[in-house]
Amino acid sequence: MKVIVQEALFDPYQETRSYEENHLPPGKHGAAVTFVGAMRDFNDGHDVSAMFLEHYPGMTERHIEAVCREAAEKWDLIDTLVVHRYGEITISEPIVLVAVWSVHRAHAFDACRYIINYLKERAPFWKCESTQQGKRWVEHNSEDPGVNSKGLKQTA
Amino acid sequence: MNITVRYFASLRDRMGRAEQTVSLEGDAVTVADLWSKLSPQQAMSGNILIAVNMEYTNGARVLKNGDEVAFFPPVTGG
Repeated sequence: MKVIVQEALFDPYQETRSYEENHLPPGKHGAAVTFVGAMRDFNDGHDVSAMFLEHYPGMTERHIEAVCREAAEKWDLIDTLVVHRYGEITISEPIVLVAVWSVHRAHAFDACRYIINYLKERAPFWKCESTQQGKRWVEHNSEDPGVNSKGLKQTA
Repeated sequence: MNITVRYFASLRDRMGRAEQTVSLEGDAVTVADLWSKLSPQQAMSGNILIAVNMEYTNGARVLKNGDEVAFFPPVTGG
């Protein structure tokens, strides 16, 4: 399992291939599922030209790793790689990669979806978008209708 | 006891500060008590998330010397 939080632009497909070649035992996995989250030029009815992604160094890594460990307990996984960027991001650039390897596809599909959904819910990142009306903080992520979120406890 | 307080994203902008160190006296001081001391003029709104030492918690959490308390809005990564 590897979690990388970095500012630099990366190629998610090259990262997946490189990680597989260097870390996966040959011939053991029957499925690799990847999710790549990329930056759109629109959100919530606004044209978006750029984005700054803030995070909480230390807490971010800790919570992405926790989500990956949970997935490894729920499903039969061989390995997991997550790369997430912060800082200035421009249109069409990748923001996040989740790659999961397992013996069979069902485990890899389910685990990949679990990791990206709970990462979005718990990892402390905040998007600030640049629009024609100025900069605005994104108040909430769009929901994945396929997954029941357990939600975070609200503050007292 | 000394507590480090951090604010992130829109909440940092609203508070006008990213970090502060606070000295507190007394036993059983909670995160909610800390907020009231620092921002008596504004209630801690229901959608503010709280982390102590980088783990999610809530306003009832009792603080210890050296704790790092973070207040932030709902997260929007991924």
